[in-house]
Amino acid sequence: MISAVLFWFLAVVATAAGIAVFRVDSMARATYALAVSFVAVGVMLLLFNLEYIGVITILMMVMEMAIMGIFMIMFMGMNPALMPMSMVHNKRGSAILASGVFVGFATAVLLVPWPERRGTPAVDLTQSLGETIMGSKMLVMLTVSPVLFATLVAAIVLANPRGRYDRFGDDLRRRPPTGPGEGGPR
Amino acid sequence: MTLEAVLIASAALFCVGLYGALSQQVVVMVMMGLELMLNGVILAAAGLWWFLAPAPDGQVLLLVVITAMTVEMAMGFAVATLLHRSRESDMTDMATDLSG
Amino acid sequence: MVESLVEVAPGWVVVAAVLLGLMALVGACVDGALAAHSDRRSMLAGVGKPIWETARLLRQRRRVLVASDPLLWRVGGAGLLVVALLMVVVVPFGRWTVADLSVGVAWFNAMDVMVWALVWLTGWGANSAHGLVGGHRFLAQALSYELPLMFALTAPAVAAGSLRVSDVVVAQQGLWFAVWMPVAFLVFCASVLAFSVWGPFSPAAGGDIAGGVLTELSSVDRFLVLAGRYALLAAGAAFAVPMFLGGGSGPFGPEWVWTFLKTAVLLAAFIYIRRLLPAVRPDRLVEAAWVIGLPVVLLQVLFVSLVSLGGGL
Repeated sequence: MISAVLFWFLAVVATAAGIAVFRVDSMARATYALAVSFVAVGVMLLLFNLEYIGVITILMMVMEMAIMGIFMIMFMGMNPALMPMSMVHNKRGSAILASGVFVGFATAVLLVPWPERRGTPAVDLTQSLGETIMGSKMLVMLTVSPVLFATLVAAIVLANPRGRYDRFGDDLRRRPPTGPGEGGPR
Repeated sequence: MTLEAVLIASAALFCVGLYGALSQQVVVMVMMGLELMLNGVILAAAGLWWFLAPAPDGQVLLLVVITAMTVEMAMGFAVATLLHRSRESDMTDMATDLSG
Repeated sequence: MVESLVEVAPGWVVVAAVLLGLMALVGACVDGALAAHSDRRSMLAGVGKPIWETARLLRQRRRVLVASDPLLWRVGGAGLLVVALLMVVVVPFGRWTVADLSVGVAWFNAMDVMVWALVWLTGWGANSAHGLVGGHRFLAQALSYELPLMFALTAPAVAAGSLRVSDVVVAQQGLWFAVWMPVAFLVFCASVLAFSVWGPFSPAAGGDIAGGVLTELSSVDRFLVLAGRYALLAAGAAFAVPMFLGGGSGPFGPEWVWTFLKTAVLLAAFIYIRRLLPAVRPDRLVEAAWVIGLPVVLLQVLFVSLVSLGGGL
């Protein structure tokens, strides 16, 4: 009973915060509304006893949103707290499409005869997760790691305007290297 | 708390995100829409796992979704930075070179 | 000594809050005494300073700013105390603990990430350039300390084979983790200073930007942020006790006394460091943290993992 009330409360918070993301004028408020939505979903995961995944979701998403806020403000190039704005295209079409998809999903959810629950959750879900990714599902980990590494490299290549030739000169011999800032020990 | 309730809540999150991803012009706002859609996916996956087959393997799917979100954010920010540097713009409508 | 921890009813969180507030007050008084000492006055004269300062701030009239964002500003300011309290609920006090979560270590980590958002919001909400620079400085610093902190927290968890804080305490029956994983302990302590915007890691509130995130705060808002900083320091010190300093184990006497004593000593050391070390610029910290700090902590975790595989020390 308590968990049902808590679930509905969190579901309303998550959705309302999600809607707020596209309704508020301030970039900071939009970003942190999204963070609230993620935290609500993270707490819902705790309701399913997914403690590790829930806490990790909260941790990662708050971190991401803190950084995202900076990007938002950096790219918008104005004080969004002062200036109401509407930067949308095809608002009507998107709204119709999104509601249509929702109605479709909701009908499907209610009409599908869901099967009975099979199996029982492990006593210690965190441990069972660890044993799974280090055992039978190790291929997933083996794939995820290179993907993340490739992402790191690719993101830096795309975003960094200055390569080592800019820093160290054409023959890579310039010492000390030139840079926009000093940035720590050389 | 039933499976249907969880799935409807997640569908609501997904569709709010879909609206945002389709309607926003600013790249970072589009990314926020995508994040919100993946948020719904996480909730749906957790609900299906808990109510239908709470075997240990199911949790791995959640980890994969979270990883996908991270990759999406990192690449999104990188592309947005590049776009902003080369075009002085962060609007999706200005980056339609690849649309046929 | 600590055979098993007793999980008390959630209502005891009030006691945890009182204890945290007491610790924060002790920290503030120590800082007041040290400040008086460095001014060549008697240390006793400075002990009461935080109390007078609190009274002054609570009576002060709130400053109103043009185009500020009061909602986000207040959330950022008041949130620090809440986050500090959420950190200490997983810390065992002697043999009692409010919430012995199965992922207590990850919980603490998630809470310290909340500080990223809160400090930045405090800087942003005021709509002041100094505040915003302070908030951005904090995020730059956070990017440097967060990964070393995560791996520093991983080391005790690996050695204990559990993310549960009580298991980490039990695993230190023989030897404290601070003794045989000193790098992780030092990095953890440095990170506590960093997420409390304290000492060498306080450029976010630096005097060169007129107080940074603290610039525009007045009255009760300022009190909450300053108290939140001390509470975060106290919570970090309290968490180091079960993670690295053997929890409540001591040669004699009840366990809670030792928890209290260890926390107080570590907190006093944190407070003292403020007057010992100069502030580190966040842009310099990034390179040092990623090129030196992170590999060193990873080597520490590798060492701990190898020792654990070999059956422990």
